[in-house]
Amino acid sequence: MAETSTGYIKHHLQNLQACSTEQGWQFNTAENPTLCSGSRLDAVNVDSLFFSILLGVIFLWIFRSAAKKATTGVPGKFQAFIELVIDFVDTNVRDTFHGKNKMIAPLGLTIFVWVYLMNLMDLIPVDWIPSLAHAAGIPFLKIVPSTDVNVTFAMSISVFILIIFYSLKIKGVKGFSKELLLNPFNHWAAIPVNLILEGAALLAKPISLSLRLFGNMYAGELIYILIALMGLYQLPLHFGWSLLHVLVTFLQAFIFMMLTVVYLSLAHEDH
Amino acid sequence: MDFNSTLIGQTIAMIVFVWFTMKYIWPALDAAITERQEKIAEGLAAADRSQHDLELAQKSAAETMREAKEKAAELLDQAKKRHAEIVDSAKDDARTEAEKIKAGAQAEIEQEVHRAREDLRKQVSVLAVAGAEKILQRSIDASAQADILDSLVAEL
Repeated sequence: MAETSTGYIKHHLQNLQACSTEQGWQFNTAENPTLCSGSRLDAVNVDSLFFSILLGVIFLWIFRSAAKKATTGVPGKFQAFIELVIDFVDTNVRDTFHGKNKMIAPLGLTIFVWVYLMNLMDLIPVDWIPSLAHAAGIPFLKIVPSTDVNVTFAMSISVFILIIFYSLKIKGVKGFSKELLLNPFNHWAAIPVNLILEGAALLAKPISLSLRLFGNMYAGELIYILIALMGLYQLPLHFGWSLLHVLVTFLQAFIFMMLTVVYLSLAHEDH
Repeated sequence: MDFNSTLIGQTIAMIVFVWFTMKYIWPALDAAITERQEKIAEGLAAADRSQHDLELAQKSAAETMREAKEKAAELLDQAKKRHAEIVDSAKDDARTEAEKIKAGAQAEIEQEVHRAREDLRKQVSVLAVAGAEKILQRSIDASAQADILDSLVAEL
């Protein structure tokens, strides 16, 4: 374990990574934590992927078991809870999205529950699982996948691709081009300006979507780590910050879902 | 902010999860919820309907009750009327009977009187004849004056 505060913080913010080196695939180690750092295709954040997929599978397993046992009669408490979540998502999607698309609601549900579960990992005290991992010989472990920019960008880029796909599908190449080129100034001479403005607006969607989630969760995690450095005083602070974070985790998941639905709704609107 | 293959792995995971949710989770739960909503709506409608039916039944019961009361009152009236009629006719009968009896009695009395007068007349005539005989024995033959006596009798 790192001894200094800086070392402690750095250690907690370091992903467990694997990458291909001259000696084949290797994990980064306590001695060489930056072995796999940098933006590169032949490296992967093992902990982020592991926890996000684990949480995704837990989500699917819970909801699938509810779906299998779903009765149209009087629901049990478990089913009622799952239906509450479904209904929450469904209501929000219905209020926002008026087109016909069978994918939007399941997409919203997946994003909402998955992001929420990933955010909830933030509430586990910062040293518990990394300490266990350390005892098991794993040098680094970041357990909150949504503090990994790769994870949030993967989701927002998927949404972005869907935005482009549905924009082209609903409006056609012509309609979508028109929207990009003749808005907000409807004159041929203004096409370059329009392209810059509309292009920026379009690109801002996935970037803001992922950075909002990443920034909130990363900052929250960082504050947890700072609080964990304070000795005995951390207890009330940790409690207070956790109370706030119960709200933040939910809110960020909700915002991610809602904005996804809103963006896709805009992509479906033909002017 | 280092980007690496995590992004690709996460994207694939997301596609798989969304596909699974779309295929195996959302339709089943959504169908269950929709069907239950329909059931509840039907149940509420049925409750409303039976409430309405109950009101109708109560109304018709009240109607029947009222009719029965009216009928009973009518019957009572009829019975009273009939009673009065019977009493009246009995009175009439009694009166006619009494008059009949009275008339009979009067006729009888008159007959008696007549007979008595007849008897009296005969006796008076006999007495008169006897008296006259006695008077005439001393003087004349009774048979010779019989026509005079008869005319006397007739005057009585």
